[in-house]
Amino acid sequence: MAELIVISTLNGVLFGMLLFLLSSGLTVIFSMMGVLNFAHASFYMLGAFFGFQLTRWIGFWPALVIAPLLVGVVGMGVERYGLRNTHKHGHVAELLLTFGLAFAIEEIVSMIWGKSPVDYRVPAALDFPAFTIFSTNYPAYKIFMLVVSVVIFIALLVTLKRTRVGLIVQAALTHPSMVGHLGHNVGRVFMLVFGVGSALAGLAGVIAGPSLVTQSDMAALLGPILFVVIVFGGLGSLPGAFIASLLIGLIQTFAVALNGSLASVFGPLDPSLGASPLTDIWNVTIAQIAPILPYLLLVLVLIFRPMGLLGTRES
Amino acid sequence: MHRLIIAAAAALTVLGGAASAQESIKIGYIDPLSGGGASVGEGGLKTFQYLADELNAKGGILGHKVEIVPLDNKTNPQESLVQAQKAVDAGIHYITQGNGSSVGAALEDFVTKNNSRNPGKEVLYFNYAAVDPSMTNEKCSYWHFRWDANSDIKMEALTNYMKDQASIKKVYLINMDYSFGQSVRTAARKMLGEKRPDIQVVGDELHPMLKVTDFSPYIAKIKASGADTVVTGNWGQDFALLLKAAADAGLKVNWYTYYAGGAGGPTAIKQTGLENQVFQISEGVPNSGNKAAMDFEKDFRAKTGISVWYPRAVNEMRMFKAAAEKANSIDPVKVAAALEGMKFEVFDGGDGFMRKDDHQFFQPIYISSFGSLTDKAKEPFDEENTGWGWHIVSKIDTDKTMLPTTCNMKRP
Repeated sequence: MAELIVISTLNGVLFGMLLFLLSSGLTVIFSMMGVLNFAHASFYMLGAFFGFQLTRWIGFWPALVIAPLLVGVVGMGVERYGLRNTHKHGHVAELLLTFGLAFAIEEIVSMIWGKSPVDYRVPAALDFPAFTIFSTNYPAYKIFMLVVSVVIFIALLVTLKRTRVGLIVQAALTHPSMVGHLGHNVGRVFMLVFGVGSALAGLAGVIAGPSLVTQSDMAALLGPILFVVIVFGGLGSLPGAFIASLLIGLIQTFAVALNGSLASVFGPLDPSLGASPLTDIWNVTIAQIAPILPYLLLVLVLIFRPMGLLGTRES
Repeated sequence: MHRLIIAAAAALTVLGGAASAQESIKIGYIDPLSGGGASVGEGGLKTFQYLADELNAKGGILGHKVEIVPLDNKTNPQESLVQAQKAVDAGIHYITQGNGSSVGAALEDFVTKNNSRNPGKEVLYFNYAAVDPSMTNEKCSYWHFRWDANSDIKMEALTNYMKDQASIKKVYLINMDYSFGQSVRTAARKMLGEKRPDIQVVGDELHPMLKVTDFSPYIAKIKASGADTVVTGNWGQDFALLLKAAADAGLKVNWYTYYAGGAGGPTAIKQTGLENQVFQISEGVPNSGNKAAMDFEKDFRAKTGISVWYPRAVNEMRMFKAAAEKANSIDPVKVAAALEGMKFEVFDGGDGFMRKDDHQFFQPIYISSFGSLTDKAKEPFDEENTGWGWHIVSKIDTDKTMLPTTCNMKRP
């Protein structure tokens, strides 16, 4: 049992940190620009494919740096030439733009790299068990992913709380027009934030690619969870996104590990009742409903605490 | 003038007749070419295209060229129905599908309805891998023919082998959460319970189908359960990723599987280092020792770059030709009648037949294990360049694979 708890905690924290890399950008972009960026998970996918391609050409380590930068550039381009132009038509137009972009990116990716998974492997230097607990190996690559996410988290925190740039970004989050009046180029701040947010998603893609599966539907698989994270954590709140990411990572991992069902709590149904939808519900285990738990959480949060865990405003 | 018109009309009729004699037979291949099932779907497509080329090189079927029309269903039953309708609208009379019994059941229902509503425009459904037993039992259809042994037949054979392995004490079941996965777990529990009541089932897991990208939480659970053996019907990426996670965690158990040989599977098994501890049940293996099959394998690998993973698809296409020739027609109604009860020498040797009662094909099946190849002359084929290949550990003859059916076939 102790083994299961330790391993599940490690896996949960790891998945949570990966979610945080993605949701941090999304939540900052949302609170700043008021745009729920549907294409955010697509930047994650672009990161994975760029990482895969660059790894082939120049190796994993350069790819780790270059691929996120490329994704960041793409993100800035989207902000500069897409969102800024649609901004005057209101949020719905911006939302639709990112929505269309998500589909376009998915199609383009499957056109270039095909629809089946690409062979994106863990670099040889990290392909060994880092340590063994209770006779279970823990892969070094996963530890590497964890370290990268933690480093990024700290860097992000320091930048936002301790630097001048962070100060302006924080100000622009809540009072964009005031920041503009003070002489800052709000447009450029938006573009940079969008770029950095996309680059973070790209970085998540580069490091997650070899561990998870790199294929053209990876954005669609992860996208919905991101919205749960930022709504749950509170829109625009970085610490909120951090806590929500970890929580959802842990919930998903632990739910898989649990076998409880109504039948195991209250005892099996009388067999004379025969098979019915009720028996199905009675026997379904927590592990089986693990994939829908985050969405259940989303619904509950929206009903009982619309501003989310650490959010300050509604909507 | 009149004569000219008549002559012209006659000439046109003749030309038209000649054209229709050369009209190709289109087979709609409805399987995943995108999403989580794409890796297996693409392998299947390559197989069918190779088989069509093989038939065409020998003059096709009754002089008609065979053409495979790929239709991507994303492993989704609704999408499959859209694709099937598209096929029907394009005048296709034969569809083939394998990946996912959820899809298979939908297609079976589709052809039954389509054929009763549109007499004269019948469509046959050739199933090469959807193995939910219900498709040839309570839900059976006259228009559906299955070349793969159904899940119960496979589990019967697998448990017959397992019952003699004294080292098996604790079994963990992990399957995909849909009709096929559920039938595997139910059959495994029932048959193991009957044959080896001392075996403890320490886990019984159903996980989302083709959606999980990291199986490490499941592997942690298997490990914690203390299982020495895992039984799984997982296929495609759900098998490859499961084994990849097992390799990462260093899980050392025996694996009894239906589809370990699918794309990515052999590579993942090699990673686990579990030599001859992963078993697969199938209707053929590359190193079967049958000369014709091994020559085919060699040429197939050279041309497609993958191994023959669907000997049943070979049986399907060759039997289709034989049935059409027996009926002397490519009319689906006549082909269906000819296929019923048809006997056929299968790909890896031995007799098979299409049971009339339920349209289930019966054939010899093999249990094989995966490990390094010692005798290169006898076993020349490895998988995915791992250096490891399949060895036959047990062969089950056709008559030992027969299970009764509850099918009440409605014939037109």
